[in-house]
Amino acid sequence: MSSVPRFWRNLGSRYNLEGTRCEECGNYFYPPRNFCVNCRRSGQIEPYKFKGTGEIVTYTLIHAAAEGFESQCPYTLAIIKLDEGPSLTAQVVGDPEKMYIGMRVRSVFRKLGEGGERGIIYYGTKFIPADA
Amino acid sequence: MRDVAIIGVKNTNFGELWDQALRDIVVEAGIGAIEDAGASGKEIDALYVGNMSAGRFVDQEHIGALIADYSGLSKNLHIPATRVEAACASGGLALRQAIMSVASGCSDIVVAAGAEKMTDVGTEEASSALASAADREWEGMAGATFPGLYAMIAKLHMHRYGTTSEQLAEVAVKNHKNGYFNPIAQYKNIITVEDVLNSIMVADPLHIFDCSPITDGASAVVLAPAEIAHEYTDTPIYIKATAQASDTIALHDRRDITTLDATVIAANRAYSMAKLKPEDIDVVEVHDCFTIAEICAIEDLGFAEKGKGGIVTANGETSIGGRIPVNTSGGLKACGHPVGATGIKQAVEIVTQLRGDAGRRQVEGASYGMTHNVGGSGATAVIHIFSRER
Repeated sequence: MSSVPRFWRNLGSRYNLEGTRCEECGNYFYPPRNFCVNCRRSGQIEPYKFKGTGEIVTYTLIHAAAEGFESQCPYTLAIIKLDEGPSLTAQVVGDPEKMYIGMRVRSVFRKLGEGGERGIIYYGTKFIPADA
Repeated sequence: MRDVAIIGVKNTNFGELWDQALRDIVVEAGIGAIEDAGASGKEIDALYVGNMSAGRFVDQEHIGALIADYSGLSKNLHIPATRVEAACASGGLALRQAIMSVASGCSDIVVAAGAEKMTDVGTEEASSALASAADREWEGMAGATFPGLYAMIAKLHMHRYGTTSEQLAEVAVKNHKNGYFNPIAQYKNIITVEDVLNSIMVADPLHIFDCSPITDGASAVVLAPAEIAHEYTDTPIYIKATAQASDTIALHDRRDITTLDATVIAANRAYSMAKLKPEDIDVVEVHDCFTIAEICAIEDLGFAEKGKGGIVTANGETSIGGRIPVNTSGGLKACGHPVGATGIKQAVEIVTQLRGDAGRRQVEGASYGMTHNVGGSGATAVIHIFSRER
């Protein structure tokens, strides 16, 4: 899946939905950006921890897993629009039959995947129905 | 800027080419295109090779030099050779670099090739390499696959516009029918809507027959300044526009999930450069890496109203003989999708159509053609417009 440092350097974002916000234009960024795409050099980026609530923009039930996700197959992958504005890609845990576009969700800390039999286990953020 | 023409074209067979290496297929395509142009190797000023991921697929980088070497363009001629990468749009982008090289006056006769050798690794490794066209850190590490990203586009398109699985399947059915008449196509079998719907699910709502395959193949074209093109061929095909646009690497950052803004912007630039409108185009090769991708493409290129791509396809408007024939080669779906080769193969198909050499899949009287090549889930789009007349 990836090297340990590559995953580790983003732990705050992966575990706790730590992103950024530009004080200049007020836009939020998750995944975090250290350079504002709207203001560019005149932007002023500050850390921001997202509330973790949002809704499903679109989703799919994946039957042919990505490398490292075989044991979870089939799994639901979604684009989730956070209430602060930005969207991200994440798994949604729960009954796929009950999921729908526009469904409210909230973030949870979960196992993401594994780097083979001897690799590390990756943890991060998934989502569950907001009322679960 | 000088006008530029294509004077020679060649595709290798597309498919599982177990007995041929990456260098073998590129040389076959390159030599074939130079022969088709009636040019000699000594005249070649530069070589561009579109290739996405030879490092992952055959554990080989430095592709420009490798191909120049095995084409006999290095040892005595020492021509500049450049590899171009933009994921699945590598071929289209190699063509664009070659066109700009000739248009600028830097070079006269230039070869633009594209190639991918994908079957020297297993399917899992190939899929992982392809997934690197998306954002590895913020899509891939969440469990995204390439079919998964396009499935999310399809899901929202269906939700918003009422597009159906049957309409998606019609794209695959049409492209297999076209591939049946293309001698180089990977799949020449006729399929039905039921075949698509009964095939295994990869990422809901996309079945395996909604997906383009893993393919080995290479394609090449030879370019020349328009003013000397007739010295080589009676039927030069002229480049009327070359355009490219970028968008966010991750699907989740797009303005609209069901529109590829890079396609819309590149198309606007291309139409403006060529002084043409969508209704002027007679035949088009679009990037149907998945059936939903063709539906979005025909909408974003202006051949169908947004949301009506499925209906237009099911009505036969994009079939040969229809209002705007799409993917007469069989597209990525049936002709095959050796990722780095695809953008060049699209150009070979349009040149073949505009020359009137497409046989049973010929679009009668085609004057203007277009190619549309996409990288990733839409972070790069490269569009070219071609004409029979200068």
